[in-house]
Formats: sequence, structure tokens, C-alpha cells
Amino acid sequence: MAFSRFPYAPAPESRSIVNLRPSYGLFIGGQWAEPADGDHFKTESPSSEEVLAEVSSAGPEDVDRAVRAARRAYDEVWAPMPGKERAKYLFRVARLVQERSRELAVLESLDNGKPIRESRDVDVPLAAAHFFYHAGWADKLPYAGFGPSPEPLGVAGQVIPWNFPLLMAAWKLAPALAAGNTCVLKPAETTPLSALVLAEIFQQADLPPGVVNIVTGAGATGAALVAHPGVDKVAFTGSTEVGKQIQRAVAGTGRHLTLELGGKAANIVFDDAPLSQAIEGIVNGIFFNQGHVCCAGSRLLVQEPVAEGVVEALKRRLATLRLGDPLDKNTDIGAINSPQQLDKIRELSASGEAEGAQRWTPACPLPERGYWFPPTLFTGVAPSQRIAREEIFGPVLSVLTFRTPEEAVEKANNTTYGLSAGVWTEKGSRILYMASRLKAGVVWANTFNRFDPASPFGGYRESGFGREGGRQGLAAYLKGPLDG
Amino acid sequence: MPAAGLSELAGSEASLRRLLHGLPGVDQVGVEARAAALATRSVKTTAKLWAIDTAISMVDLTTLEGADTPGKVLDLCGKARRPDPADPSVPPVAAVCVYPDLVPVAKASLEGSTVKTASVATAFPSGRASLSVKLADVADAVKAGADEVDMVIDRGAFLAGRYGRVLGEVQAVREACGPARLKVILETGELATYDNVRRASWVAMIGGADFIKTSTGKVSPAATLPVALVMLEAARDFTEATGRAVGVKVAGGVRTAKDAIRYLVLVNEVAGEDWLEPARFRIGASSLLNDLLMQRSKQRSGAYAGAQDFSIE
Repeated sequence: MAFSRFPYAPAPESRSIVNLRPSYGLFIGGQWAEPADGDHFKTESPSSEEVLAEVSSAGPEDVDRAVRAARRAYDEVWAPMPGKERAKYLFRVARLVQERSRELAVLESLDNGKPIRESRDVDVPLAAAHFFYHAGWADKLPYAGFGPSPEPLGVAGQVIPWNFPLLMAAWKLAPALAAGNTCVLKPAETTPLSALVLAEIFQQADLPPGVVNIVTGAGATGAALVAHPGVDKVAFTGSTEVGKQIQRAVAGTGRHLTLELGGKAANIVFDDAPLSQAIEGIVNGIFFNQGHVCCAGSRLLVQEPVAEGVVEALKRRLATLRLGDPLDKNTDIGAINSPQQLDKIRELSASGEAEGAQRWTPACPLPERGYWFPPTLFTGVAPSQRIAREEIFGPVLSVLTFRTPEEAVEKANNTTYGLSAGVWTEKGSRILYMASRLKAGVVWANTFNRFDPASPFGGYRESGFGREGGRQGLAAYLKGPLDG
Repeated sequence: MPAAGLSELAGSEASLRRLLHGLPGVDQVGVEARAAALATRSVKTTAKLWAIDTAISMVDLTTLEGADTPGKVLDLCGKARRPDPADPSVPPVAAVCVYPDLVPVAKASLEGSTVKTASVATAFPSGRASLSVKLADVADAVKAGADEVDMVIDRGAFLAGRYGRVLGEVQAVREACGPARLKVILETGELATYDNVRRASWVAMIGGADFIKTSTGKVSPAATLPVALVMLEAARDFTEATGRAVGVKVAGGVRTAKDAIRYLVLVNEVAGEDWLEPARFRIGASSLLNDLLMQRSKQRSGAYAGAQDFSIE
């Protein structure tokens, strides 16, 4: 163990603050409703395999009810409501998220497996920040550069992933609601619980019935939602594979679509970089949230003169990462969200070895129960190998090298994705040179994985299209000049 | 990089400048974020008890006032040898730190204990005196029996880019120290940037410092977590490069057990556990010791004692 002299004693966050119900219905029209065919599924904690609760599986009939409830709320209440009134509801939701932040953080760590340090310091505060930020836009839309009286699109069908369950719900709901749309939200199958507590918060905030509806379920529920003719706008965050299916389903229907999909971001370290901070940025880039991050810096591109030193320093740093109980306040790396995801990470890592890359992990005992994968480093990675091209979505870093800035750009852009990139150098002009050539929606300079509701986020190419956050993010929920 | 190679590189003003400016830069936002993240570590129960005792054994119990008297120093030495008379399991502190003229008093009082006598010198705290005066100050302290000397660097020369002058003074003081341990105070509050902190750390270590120390305690800001982080990295890297172990001392502004534990977490995760001992990490403080004692008794008995339960000195 790395810390034999000063081992921090267990410091678990109490889970007594979370009051889970044994079974959850669907949230439709402001009420909890049982699914029409009575189908339920169980959601478990990936760190212990303990069943946390039973959740409803929405069928096509339930989805239809939810979309109709959203339509009614849109026509009768939400769209006609003045922006300053919508803002009050959003501010109230934001404050309630803050008030219940500890409960939400513990719940998120239980259901998702992420460390409490992250759910407490990143997921929940950012979710509240998104509601606050967009509440501020609700009464200022005529001044946002979309014409004197921008109109909402209607009913939004929103399908979100399991990596940041609450935060993704906030990313999707807040701008849609601020712009005057109503929503049907489909949380991920493995992480439905925080969205259901969010439904309780909507009730607490007296949000008019039907403005937000939440239908839980697996892929079929999501497919029914995006194919529903009553949905005017589809927003999806998740895998590129599912994104392509959705784009096919929506094509030709005249409905609006934004997609935020996978990534294989390059984190580029030049030889004049602030190296200690670059090491932290590399660690944060790929091991934040177990690497379950679409914009994760999964390809490290390091300039040859410093490559050896960087890898050495990385290894020393990785040996200090604490993997284990997500509710322990000192845990750095939590559990892999599902056995399916664990299989995928294992398969891709095995391919790395088979294709000739060198695999390294620190001495890191894994808990017996639950789904775990140690922080892993691959060196000697060639750009042609699968681990340099495919999204692993796990705590696995591929290290590649380059010689010149031109080569760094070429290698960074040599991917089907284009969501994010990082540049580490003390030279300001080089940051601008790189940023203007990297084909990525977000370029971080001397930092990585920083998010702010005021900053638009989204991708190029197979990473999707459309932006979330900032003034630009509002455009995805407002009629444009070409809409009737 | 062996030590000999380093002093060769540092041989001329120009090559020393190249060496120092060739060190990787420090990104302010990044280093402060890392320090803040490490400050959220939760140290409880057995870990907290271990940390409190370790922190006590690393304290340089300090009095550096114009009003210091032999009486005051004697009180402090008593406290240093036996911080809590009611509990003999409390370890003694590392050292008592005084002005040079009070070294004989401290030395005599600490005789027979493990507690070292440390003296500030070199025209502390400003360092504004000629080298000969500074060296006389050091010689005085060493002659009076100081086991450790805390010198200040010439910040004016450093900020003017005259690194060679700063290095030369450290080397001269090193020599004047003889067998005494040398702690070199960078006064990071006056150096202003983390890049400067890293460079000054290297100058001090190349010059022969056994410890690099943040502050005099007379300038604000004194020790901060990000500054300590940069210095711990420098000490770690220098030790790795040369094989000569250098310690770090934080001084000024460390008042609570919580503060002290945060520094220990930093030591643990940045420099590594080899630095978790008084030979490689010190905390210069005066009021800190009583808070450590209070938290220690709270951990053991479950209830807080009152401030009056611990001696002022």
C-alpha cells in the first residue's frame, strides 16, 4: 500500500440521510403513477451489488401518457407563462437542490458508484448552478440574440446517460424549461434514483403538473420516447451507437435533434508545460468519475523530450489514488457503473495488450463485491491500436508521443470524435495556435474537465452536434429563423 | 543529477539562471486547486491520533519577540520537553526556536532532552545586513550551542535576479554552521509567485540547506498550503536527483490541529511518507501546540478540556 505510515481511517459519509422508498412509480402529470403493464426492474449499487429500490419500467402507453401530459402543460400553463414567472420556479428548484445536496450526493454515489468527494463537490453543486444560471435567462430571452420574441419548440423528449445522472438531468431540463418547453425525461436504466428525487423536488417547488415528466426504463423506453410523434425536440446524451439510431429515427420527421455522444479526447503536454499541474490534469482528465466521462482525456499526447519523466511522475501519482467505498470521503476512484461496462473495459484493455502496448497498474487491491477496475496506464501505444481509437469509458489511459506542434495537431485530430481536448504549455501563443487547429468542441488550456453552466459544451463529428450551456445552449430549445 | 553536477551548473550567475529558469513552471490555478483538493481529506479516529502525535513531535516551539526574556524562554523549554505534564505519553516537540542571544538559556534548559535548540540568524527577519554581520550572527548562535540555524535569504537580491549572490550567502552560512543543521527561510510572502518559490527552493538546496522553510512569521502571507506543496515537490525532486535528503518547514499561520493535519496530508501525498518525521518536516508555531494537546485529549476522552487545562507555556 502507498500509505502504510499514515493510513487515513475509514471516513464514510452517513447514508441515513437518504430515505429510499422500496418502489418508485413513474412521474407523470405531477403525480406518481404505476406503469400500465405493471413492469418493474431493480436498481443496484455497483459498489456492493446491493439492491437499492425497485423502479417502474415505462412502456409505450406510459410514454404516450407522459408526452400528452407534457403537451397539455405546454399549451395551457408553461409556454403562455411570462418568463419572469418561469424563472421563479427554476430559482426555487435550484435552491431545493442545494438544500437537499447532501442527500442527493449520497444517493448519487450509492446508485452510480462515483466517489462522494465528486458527487458532493462537482455533480450536485453544478446541477444547482445549471438551474440558477438558466433561471436567470428565462426573462431575458428577447435580449439573447434570437430575435425580439423567441419561441419555444414544444415538448422535449430527453434521454440521459448514467455517468452524471443528476447533472445530466439538470443540463437537459434547465435550458428547456427556461425557454418555455415542457419535458419528458428518461433517466438511464442503471441510475434512475436521483432523477426520481428530483421529481420530488419539482413537487416541493410546486412546479405545475406535467411541465416535467420522468419515465424510467431501459433502451425500449427511450426508443418509444424519441419515436413519439408528439415530441417536438429530441435531446440525447450517450453512446455514439445509440445516437446514430436516434438520428435515423428522427430523420425526415422535421423534429429538432441535438446529440452529445462519445469522445476520445487528446490531452496534449508540451515540453514547456507546468509539469506537476499537467500530471494532476492528466489524472483528473482520465480518472475523474472512473473515466466514465464522454470528454475524458483518454489519449495522452506527450512531447518526446519529457515523455519518460511524465510517465514516471504519473506512475508515482497513480500509486497514491485511493480506490474503494464510494461513500468514504477519501476515496478517489469508485466503482464501475455496471457489469456490462466492466466487461467492455476489460475487453478493450485486453486488446491493448494483445496489440502490443505495455499495461501498467499500481498495486491496488480491489474490493470483493461490486464492479471494479484499477487505474490503468498503457505506454507504447500506436495510433492504429484500438485503445487509441475506441472510447473505453473507463479508468484507462493510452500514452502516445509526438515531436512537433504540427504532429500533435495531426494526431489529436486523427479520430472520428471531436468533443474535447487539452493543451499544456506555458506559452500563450502556442495555446492559441493549438486551439484554432484542434477539431474539438471544448479545448482546455492548462486544465481539464472544468465545467460551467455559462460555457457551451458539445462536439464535432461523431461526438454529436448542438451545444449545452451558455447562450448558445438556449438555441437548442428555441425556434430558429427557418422554423415555422 | 548528482550533487557535484548541480554545483557546477550553479557555478556562474548565467548558468545558475539557466538552471533555475529551466525548471518547469508552476501553474497558479492548478497548484491551488490541488492543495484545496488535498485539504478535503478526512482524517478521523486512529489516523487523527497518529497525526496529532506526529505533529507535536514536529513542532519548533517558537518565540521571536523583542520582549523575550530568559524567563519566557525557560517557560517555553519546559513546555517543549513535556507539553502536557498530566500526560507523559505526549511526545516532546522537535525544537525550541529563539533569537541568538537567548540560545544559552534554551540550551541549558533543554540539556538531557531530545529537544533541539534552534536559533534564527543572519539579521532575521529582514536579512538587511552585510554578509560579515550575518556570518557573525551565525557564528554567535553556533558558539552558544545552537543545534539548528534558521537563516533568511536576501529577498532583495533574489527579486533583482541576482541568484548567485543568494546562493553565495547560503553557502557561506552553511560553512559557518559547522555541524549545526541549516534551515533556509525563503519568506515566500515576499517572493510573490510560485515560480519564484520553486527557484528559491532550489537555490537554497544547492547551497546546502538541510531544510527549506516558508516564512519568518513576520510577513503576511506566511505559510500556505499551495506554497508548501511547491516546496515539498522541490524537496522531493532534489532528494531524488542528488540522494541528499532535504526537509521542509512551514512557519507562520499554522494555529490549529486541523491546519497541521492538512499539512501532514500534503507531506504524505506529495513528498511521500519518508518525509513524515521530524528530521524532514517541521512546523514552526507557538499557539498550535495547545490546540494539538486539546484535540488529543478530546480524541482520547471524548470530551473537550478547557483552555485553562493546558499551560500557556
